[in-house]
Amino acid sequence: MSLLPPFLAPFFAARGWTLHPHQEEMLAGADAPALLLVAPTGGGKTLAGFLPTLAELGPHPAPGLHTLYISPLKALAADIRRNLRAPIEGAGLAIRVEDRTGDTGSHVRRRQRADPPHILLTTPESLALLLSYEDAPRIFAGLQRVIVDEIHALAESRRGDQLMLCLARLQRLAPGLRRVGLSATVEDPPALARFLAAHPGPCRVLMADPGPDPDIAMLETETPPPWAGGGGRHAIPEVLAEIRRHRTTLVFHNTRAQAELFFHALWLANEDDLPIGIHHGSLSREQRERVEAAMVAGELRAIVCTGSLDLGIDWGDVDLVIQVGAPKNVKRLVQRIGRANHRYNAPSKALLVPANRFEVVECLAALEAVRDHALDGEPRGPGPRDVLCQHILITAAAGPFAADALFAEVISAGPYAGLSRADFDACLDFVATGGYALRAYDRWQRIMLRGGLWQLRDPRTAQVIRMNIGTIIDTEVLKVRMRGRGGAPLGEIEEGFAATLTPGDTFLMAGQVVRYEGLHEMTVEVTRNPGRDPRVATFNGTKFATSTLLTHRILELFRQPGWPGLPRHTADWLALQRKVSRLPEADRLLVESFPHDGREHLCLYGFAGRNAQQTLGLLLTKRMEEERLSPLGFVATDYATLIWGLEAVTDPAPLFEAERLREGLESWLAGNAVMKRTFRNSAIIAGLIERTHMGRRRTGKQATFSSDILYDTLLRHDPGHLLLRITREEAERGLVDFGRIEEMLARTRGRVDCLRLDRVTPLAAPLFLEMGRVPVEGAGRQRLMEEQAAALMAAAGLS
Amino acid sequence: MNGHTFFLADARLVAMPSGALWWPEERLLCVSDLHLGKAERMARRGGTLLPPYETQATLARLTADLEATGAARVLCLGDSFDDAEAAGALVEAERLWLMRLMAGREWIWILGNHDPAPTDCGGSYRGEITLGPLTFRHIAAGEAEVSGHYHPKCTLAGRARPCFLTDGRRLILPAYGAYTGGLWCHDPTLVALMRPGALAILTGTKAIPVPMPRRAPQIRPRSSSFAR
Repeated sequence: MSLLPPFLAPFFAARGWTLHPHQEEMLAGADAPALLLVAPTGGGKTLAGFLPTLAELGPHPAPGLHTLYISPLKALAADIRRNLRAPIEGAGLAIRVEDRTGDTGSHVRRRQRADPPHILLTTPESLALLLSYEDAPRIFAGLQRVIVDEIHALAESRRGDQLMLCLARLQRLAPGLRRVGLSATVEDPPALARFLAAHPGPCRVLMADPGPDPDIAMLETETPPPWAGGGGRHAIPEVLAEIRRHRTTLVFHNTRAQAELFFHALWLANEDDLPIGIHHGSLSREQRERVEAAMVAGELRAIVCTGSLDLGIDWGDVDLVIQVGAPKNVKRLVQRIGRANHRYNAPSKALLVPANRFEVVECLAALEAVRDHALDGEPRGPGPRDVLCQHILITAAAGPFAADALFAEVISAGPYAGLSRADFDACLDFVATGGYALRAYDRWQRIMLRGGLWQLRDPRTAQVIRMNIGTIIDTEVLKVRMRGRGGAPLGEIEEGFAATLTPGDTFLMAGQVVRYEGLHEMTVEVTRNPGRDPRVATFNGTKFATSTLLTHRILELFRQPGWPGLPRHTADWLALQRKVSRLPEADRLLVESFPHDGREHLCLYGFAGRNAQQTLGLLLTKRMEEERLSPLGFVATDYATLIWGLEAVTDPAPLFEAERLREGLESWLAGNAVMKRTFRNSAIIAGLIERTHMGRRRTGKQATFSSDILYDTLLRHDPGHLLLRITREEAERGLVDFGRIEEMLARTRGRVDCLRLDRVTPLAAPLFLEMGRVPVEGAGRQRLMEEQAAALMAAAGLS
Repeated sequence: MNGHTFFLADARLVAMPSGALWWPEERLLCVSDLHLGKAERMARRGGTLLPPYETQATLARLTADLEATGAARVLCLGDSFDDAEAAGALVEAERLWLMRLMAGREWIWILGNHDPAPTDCGGSYRGEITLGPLTFRHIAAGEAEVSGHYHPKCTLAGRARPCFLTDGRRLILPAYGAYTGGLWCHDPTLVALMRPGALAILTGTKAIPVPMPRRAPQIRPRSSSFAR
C-alpha cells in the first residue's frame, strides 16, 4: 500500500511515476524530528524531500509558512520552484511556492515577510537575514518542516555552521519543526546526521539504492599530456569526438581560468560548429542564465564548466561527464560523475583527462579508488566561533535576548554541541566590548545588558549588521563589461589580475578574447578583439588539496618497478625521474636542490596536499631566513613545495627536524600572509571589519587602511585576543593544515634524502609553471628592493 | 639610522624609515597625521570596535624616534587627533605617556582638518609656522614648505609603503599614525602638487628614495581594506 496521498495519485499515474523505496520511506518517516536522506544524483531526492510537505498541506492548505527549503545555490532555489510547479499545478493544489534569494526584489521581500508563502525556497544567507528582523518570530511561528538540500556541500564550509545556528533559532521559534537533509554520497553519513540533528535529539539516516557502478576510464589521447601545466588542451580532438558521439557532455575543470582556456581552444577546433557553452562562477548572472536556459531547452551539446555545476540543477539529458585535470578528491569525482545520466539505475559514464604527466598518475589512482568504492573525507571540526559571533550580532539585531537562553539554543546546533559556556561568553564579550584586554569601550559597547537582556546600544547598527551577514568572503573582484552605453556585463576578474593589465592587453573572458580599454568607475571596460595571444584572467577558484587517500595511493603507485597501467609517456617520465634523481616514497622525505635561471632552488616532495605544502614553504623559508639563505619566495602544489632564493642550501636536513618545524609553527604563525588572510576573513565574519561594498569604494584612500595593520596591532598588544585564537584554529585546520604536515613527519620520521643536482628534475619541472607564488619578506627581498631603487635612480640620472 | 638625507630650501633634512622627519640643525622632529584616538572615535559613532591600541602603537613609535634623535623640539603637522573629542577621550595611561614625551621639549601642534581647534594637551598651537627657511602647515599651499594631510604611499618591487614626497620646493610627509591608509602618489592630486623630477622616499626598515611615479602603471591592487 503506497503512502502516496490520494490527491497526488492521479497526477503520478498520469505521468507513469511510481515512488522509489526511499521516497516511500520519507513519507513514512514524515513525523521524525530529523531525517538524512543519502541518495545518488538522479534518485528523485528533491521530490522525496517535498512529498511529505505536499501530503501535509493537501489540496486546500491554510495560510502560513509550512516548509522552508534551503539550498546552497540561488539558481537551485529558482529551479526547484519551477520543478514543484508540475506536481502542484498537475494535482490542482492551492499551494504557494516562492523563492527568496539575494536576487529577489525588495518589494517582494517585504510582501513575503508580511504574507509568507506555504513553501519558501531560500539560501542560508537569506535565511540568516530573515532571522535578523524583529518580526522573525511571527513569520516562522507556524513552520513545520525545513529541507536542507545538498547538505553534504553546505557541511564543507562555514555556511553549514551558520545554517545550523539558524535552524537552532528556528527550532525555538517553532518547537515542532522537523528537519530533513538531502545529501549526495558521503563517506560518513552518521557524522552528517549529527551535524543536522537538533542536539541531543536523534537523526535517522536513510540510504537510497546507490545504483550501478559508473562506467569510468581515462581518455586516451594521440598527443600525450604536456610535461607540465594544466588545461588539457592536448586532448581537444578526442574531447570533441566524444562530444560528437554523445547527446550532452559536461566538461568539468578544476579552475575557472582553465575552463576559459579550454573553451577557447575547443571553439577554435570546433569545425562542425557544435553548440557548446561555458559556465562558471565568475561569469555574470545574465551569461550563466543564458547557458542554463539553452541547456534546459536541449540546445547545447556540451558545457565547459567548473564546480558551479557540481550541484543542483537537473540537466536531464547529460550522458557523459569529462573531468579535465586531476580530480583531487575521490568523493567529489564520484559526485561529479553522477551528473551524467540523471536517470535512476543507469550507470553514469565518465572520462578523466589528466592535464599533465603528474596528473596521469593521480587519475590512475583516482580510477582505482572509485572502483574500490574508497571515499575520502576529513572529519569536520567544531563550529567556528567567528560564525557564532556573527550569529550573536544577528540575534541582537532581531531583538533583546538572554545569554542563558541563547547559549542553550546554540549548543543544540550540531556543530556547536561541544561549545563550552566559557567560549560562548568570550564570543558574547567580543561582540559587546571588542573583548580587548584594555577595556576601552565600556561606554561604546555594541550590545549592552539592560534589565537582564542584551540589546543593541544603538538600534541603527542593525542595518550595518544585516549588510554584513554571511560567511563567504570574496576576494576583491572587478566587474568586466563591454565598453559603450549599456555594454553587456561579462563577469568579473580578480583585482590582482586587473592590476597586471595595461590598455591594449587582451584576455579571455566568457569564452571570447577581449581587449582591455580602461577602468571606469571600478568597472573594467573591454572591447571585442580577436587577438592572437590572449592572457588568461585569474579567478578566485577554490583550490582543493588532494586528499590523503589519493596521495597515499599515488605513493603506492611509485613503488612499482614499472607502470603497465600508465600510458607509455608517463611511465617513461617516472623512469627518468628515478634515473636522474629518485621517486618520492611514503616513508622518506625527498628533497632536491638545484640552480635554475640565476636562482637557487629547493624542492621537497612531502605529498601532504596543497595547503600543508604551502605551510611547509612558509615554515622553511622562515628557517632559511634565520640561516641567512635569503629565500625570495616559494610555490606549493599538492605533492611538493619549491623554494627559490639567492643562496644555495647545502645541508637542508636541519631545516626538516620535526621539533624545529613544530617550534617554528608557533613563532611563525604570528606574522605571515596566510594568517593575515585568515584573520581578515574571520574579522569580517565576526563583525570586526565591515565588508567593503562596491558602492562605497573611493579613489581617495586616506580613510582606508589594511586589515593587516589590525592584525599586527592586535598581535603586539593583545596576543591572547579571541580573534587571534580563532584565526589560529582556522588556519591550522584550513589553510595551514598542520595536521597533514604531522602526518607527513610521522610517516617519514626524519628520513630525509637530500640530492644536489645540476638542473631541474623531471618531477620538479611542473612547479615552475604553478600559479600562486608566495613572496618572502626578508633580507633577500630588501636587497632586491634596494637594487631596483638604485636602478630607477640611476635611470633617472639621480644617483 | 637608515634615514635618507636631502635638502629643502637649503635646509638639510633626514627622512626617517618610521615616517618622521628629522632636522638635525634645529634638533626638530616633525611628524604628521597621527590620528590619535581613531579607534575610539569609530566606536563612539557606533562603528566597529577596533583594537584600541593604535594610540599606544603610534606613541611607541614616536618614543623610539625621540630617543634615537634626542630631539628638543617636536612639531606635529596636523590631524594629530582624529577629531575634537579624541584628545579628551585618551585613556589615562596614554595621556600620561604623551605628557612624558612632551616634558622638557618644545612641542608645537599645527592644526589640521580633523583637529581644527586647540586641545587641552599643552604645547603651543599654530595654524602654520615658519622656522628658518621652512614653513610648516597641514595642507600644501606654497614654496619651501613642509606639509602632511595626503598620506602619500608608493609601491616598489611590488610592495606598497607610506612615503615622503619632495621636489626640492616642497615636502609632503607620510601619515605617522598606526591606523591610517594612504593615497597613491600617482594620484592626480599629488601629481599636480609635485614638480617633475620629484622623489618618493619609501618608509619601512630603511628609507628608500625612488623617482616619484607620476602615472598609474596599472590598476593598483587594493589590499584587503575597509573605509569609514
